[in-house]
This record gives sequence, C-alpha cells and structure tokens, in this order.
Amino acid sequence: MSPPNEPKILFDKVWDRRVVRSETADAPAILYVDLHLVHEVTSPQAFAELDARGLRVRRPDRTYATLDHSTPTLPPNGDGVRPYVTPDAARQVTALERSCEKHGIRLADWDSADRGIVHVMAPELGLTQPGMVVVCGDSHTATHGAFGAIAFGIGTSEVAHVLATQSLMQRKPQRMRVTIDGALAPGVTAKDLTLAVIAELGFGGGTGYAIEYAGEAVRSLDMEGRMTLCNMTIEAGARCGMIAPDDVTLAWLRGRRHAPHGAAFEAAAVQWLALATDEGAAFDKEVRLDGSAIAPMATWGTTPDAGLPIGAPLPRPRGDSEGRALEYMGFEGGVANTSHPIDVVFIGSCTNGRLADLRAAAAVLRGHHVKANVRMLVVPGSENVRRQAEAEGLHHVFTEAGAEWRLPGCSMCIAMNGDFVAPGQLAVSTSNRNFEGRQGKGARTILASPATAAASAIAGVLTDPRPYLGVDGHG
Amino acid sequence: MVEPFTTFTSRTFVLPQESIDTDQIIPARFLTTTSRAGLGDFAFYDWRYDAQGKTKRDAPLNQVDTQTCSVLVAGDNFGCGSSREHAPWALRDFGVRAVVSTSIADIFTSNALKNGLLPIVVDQATHERLLADPGGRVTINLEECTLSAGNEPPVRFEVEPFARRCLLDGVDALGHLLSHTAAIEAFEHAHGLEPRHD
Ligand code: SF4
Repeated sequence: MSPPNEPKILFDKVWDRRVVRSETADAPAILYVDLHLVHEVTSPQAFAELDARGLRVRRPDRTYATLDHSTPTLPPNGDGVRPYVTPDAARQVTALERSCEKHGIRLADWDSADRGIVHVMAPELGLTQPGMVVVCGDSHTATHGAFGAIAFGIGTSEVAHVLATQSLMQRKPQRMRVTIDGALAPGVTAKDLTLAVIAELGFGGGTGYAIEYAGEAVRSLDMEGRMTLCNMTIEAGARCGMIAPDDVTLAWLRGRRHAPHGAAFEAAAVQWLALATDEGAAFDKEVRLDGSAIAPMATWGTTPDAGLPIGAPLPRPRGDSEGRALEYMGFEGGVANTSHPIDVVFIGSCTNGRLADLRAAAAVLRGHHVKANVRMLVVPGSENVRRQAEAEGLHHVFTEAGAEWRLPGCSMCIAMNGDFVAPGQLAVSTSNRNFEGRQGKGARTILASPATAAASAIAGVLTDPRPYLGVDGHG
Repeated sequence: MVEPFTTFTSRTFVLPQESIDTDQIIPARFLTTTSRAGLGDFAFYDWRYDAQGKTKRDAPLNQVDTQTCSVLVAGDNFGCGSSREHAPWALRDFGVRAVVSTSIADIFTSNALKNGLLPIVVDQATHERLLADPGGRVTINLEECTLSAGNEPPVRFEVEPFARRCLLDGVDALGHLLSHTAAIEAFEHAHGLEPRHD
C-alpha cells in the first residue's frame, strides 16, 4: 500500500480498501469481493466443487445470478417449451436454478423482469457501484469498471473460491492510463473509440495491466458508452478497465433499485467522487490517443485489434498471422473491405445491447429496409432494455425494416444458444470478438458499432453510417 | 485433484499461430456441459474436424500423440479471449501438460495453473528454437523453474510462487483461502460489509 497523502490512482484506492491480506513474495493478496455475478456456463463445476466439499455459499446476498449464454432468444412454443439448442443447454439452466435455490442466491430467472446479459443487467439494477470489487466467471466483467469499480473475469475454480469465501487470491497488476484527448467527431461512437483504442494497444498489449481510461473523449461518453469501452478491455489482454466516477456516474446510479437512496446516496456519492486518480499520481505506463481523429471503425481480421476506419485499404500482410486472417475473412490486402456482400447483421451483446445502442441503430434504420438476402437480428441486452425499447417503438422500426426482434441473451455473440452465423457467411456484428468461428463454425465477423451495423444492413456491404445520420464524414 | 509434479521430460508439438484464443482451444458450443471431464474430445475441435464432423486428415493436431508429445509450443499471446476454464480442462484432457510461448494471457495462465497445466513464457530466441524443432525433447523442472532443450543451457521461467507451491506440494488453494475465514470475517466486520437483515 502506498503511504497516506501520496497521490494515488483510482485502481489503487479501490484495491487498498478491499485488501484482506496484503500480498507477499510467497502469496498473492486476499481481495474481498463486493459483488459476485454468476451465469449458467461457468458456474456448474464451481457449485459441484462446493457440494463435493460440503461448503455453503458464504454470502448469497453478495451473489447475483442470471441466465444469458445458453438461453434461446425465441419464445416458448404453444406448450410453454423453450427451444433450447440441446438438452445439455437446458440442463445447464436447470443446474443453475437448483444451485441458486439451494444456496439462497437471487437468480434473474425466465420469469424475472430483470433477466439479461450479466453485464447489462447488474448496472441496470444498481448492483454495480463505484469502489467495488466485482467479479464474474466471464472475461467481459471489465464492463463494470465504467463505474469506477475493479471488475475482472475469473475462471471457474475462482468462482468456487468466491462462492465459498467471498474473496480471491490476486496479485496486483501493473497500471496503465489510456488518455483519449479531444472530442469525438459527430457520428463517431463509443464503439469506434473502443476499436481504435484496441487497435492502438494491440491484442496482447494490455496483458498484465489494469487500465484506466481518461481524457475528454472518455468524460463525454454517457454510461452506456463507458461500458462499451471498458467491456472490450480484455480484447487488449487487460483484465480490468476502469473510469473514475463523476456526475454522469452519479446520474445513472441515482434511483436504481440496489443503489443507496436518499441521504445514504449523497454520503456514498462523496466517497465515490473521491476515488478519482489524484493529480500527479504515477502509472506504470501511459498511452495517449487523439479522440478527434477517430472515424467510424470496423475490423478486417480475426482479432479485435485488427480495426481500421471504414473504407481504408486493408494492410498488406506482414506475417503469417495477418495473412491467415485475411484469407479466413476472404479479404485482400491493400483494398478496403467495403464491397463484400454481408449475410448477417447482429445487434446486441454486452458490448452494444443497451438502450442507447438500439436507439442508435434505429436512428439509422428508420424508414429504410434491410437489403434482400441480409439477415438482421436485434437482441436486446436485457428484459429492461427490451421493455424500454418496445415502449419507444424501436422494435417496430426493426421489424418494419425486416429485422428479427428477439428475447434478451448473448445470442450470436457467442453462438451457443442456437443463434449462429452459418459457415462462410459474413457478419457485421456489434459484439466484441471476431475470432475464427466465434459466431458459429466458419463464420466471418466484422466488428463495428450499432450505427455501422444498421447502415451495413441497409447497404448490404460494410458502410460508414454518417451519411445516414446526415453527418458529413469526410473531414 | 491436481497431481503434484516436479520435473518431466517430453517431446513437443508446435502450433505456431499467434493469438490462439480460447474459442479455438474449445469452441463455445461445447460449453453447455456441467462437468469438467472429457473435454479433450473438443480440444481444437474446429481445427481437427471439418463442417461434417469428419476428421481432417491433414490437420497436424490429428497426428499428435500427447502420450509422447505433451508440451505445446504455441505462437505469441496464447490463450487470449474468453475466461473459460474449459480451455485448460480440454488441453489437460487432450494430454497437454505445459504450454510454451512468448506471452500467455493472464486469465488463461491463472486457470491453467489451477489445473496442473504449466504456462511457460520464454524469450524469443528460445521460442524460435523450439518452434523450429517440433517433436524435440524438452525437460521441464518446476523445482528449479527451468526448461532445457537439446544442448542449450536451461532457460529459466517464472511461475507465480503460490501457484508453484500448489503444483509442487499439492497445496489446495481453496483450502488456503478457507484457512483465512477468521480474517475475512474480521474484515467484513471492520468495513461494515456484513449481511444486512432488512
Ligand atoms: S454477450 Fe457475448 S461477451 Fe457478453 S457475456 Fe454474453 S457471450 Fe460473453
């Protein structure tokens, strides 16, 4: 721990308040976990571990579970039977229902009005708060860092550790600050910023670090945009990405169900705002980007750092990996990837499945039609998002344009629930990973923003959305 | 659960691709299991089997005998992507005991160490030598934290000391955490983190 009065960074302030035992040469620190989020895919073996040892969940009140990965996004049939992709998928859901019941864990089950993708749901409910340590058996847990929490993904063995002890052994990572100066240009979104940051850092460039995002472009993002940015931190190899709490954070939290209320909120707010990195505090590494130079971005390869401004010529491969990526994608070095017919457009995921994302897509799509032969799937990130979107009539915009409007879940982001991109098909997707086969065996994925995805659905090829928004994109 | 190991000698097999992510190691559609056993069948599934599920004869992974070749030498940034512990489960079950690369993703490293799969980061020169010699014999000594190949002097690698002790002595990490229950309780008390009864 750093001595008092020394300027401290956000990460260290949060870390220090949750250290149960400091780290030594021989053993990692024991870190207390404020909030443990659980989903059906990475938890069954952890619950089995507890059962095998006769252990109970130490703090069911700090544990919150949801169903999102294996769950069908089509409604039940006439007999009320949900169209699970396999009996295994259904069994996985039942296993989590049983474990939650046995241990007294709150579960956003099928009948819950809160159910959603774990990283969409928890912030909506006010479960995620500044200064917390938040973990989940899921690498996109960094999403919650948007609130000034230390939030990171853990493996299933560690899920068992947290269930049993509400704590975890961790060594403190190195700390990096990524400062994005300047204002984003009109029509450039948080996702474009995110893809630009990952392209700058490189796929493994954040390995071993916790990242703090700072600068004017980050401050100007709404909470949804901040979550998009922090969400994809793992795509640069860093487990944890965070943003200091400010008025935008407070405005999001005020009135949320699990956030403090009344005087307790005001007291908490003072503490939360004090978490910000002190003037003069030092990071292990600093990276700066010019936010005003960022244009709408899309990926061309099979790693999330392979991002370029839409319309820019793709790189000529410098090595086997890039060559292999271009070959898999069916793209050519030196030429833009804006003329290849798109088969699928997917709008959703914990990166871009929030209300603001659906609004952005609908704004482009309104009055247009999805190109013939393009399949467009819009999957809200949670029941809350679905309700609000339907209240605004966004679902009509999508269905009238020819898109499918589904029930909340991870869906085509991970393609394990029966929603997938067929072999060889090309998808523009608002999710976070373009790995070979991520969206289905042989699927080819271009990552982009909701606005870009919507514009591409209309045009049938990867397209800069700015003309659809009445914004001149050629500055 | 995790068998203690100190030193072993094996041949290598090589996957030179950079950034082999955990979706390649085990595709997501095989994650609907509630068990951790038997996942070796799905290791690198889409690299080993075609769209019809038929074995790709020319895929190098289908020629690997992990009985004799249990050390995987892989391209940079191995194990990136999803946090799924299914990846080390699948690799262990496939017969892999150690992965050697120039960098290995954080969560994968942590997961691998909990499952008796040793992640070994080496310098570029050593890596290039190993990449160029598939099937070469290597000796990995966890006591000394060294990897030796051929006539070259042994190279040292780093393993987080606690994880190393778990592997060497069979220390149970969850047991260790549970032994700190009193401290955790005291911490909750001191920081107002006890359950609220409302
Ligand atoms: S939406 Fe995708 S990235 Fe997010 S939790 Fe679900 S599967 Fe993971």
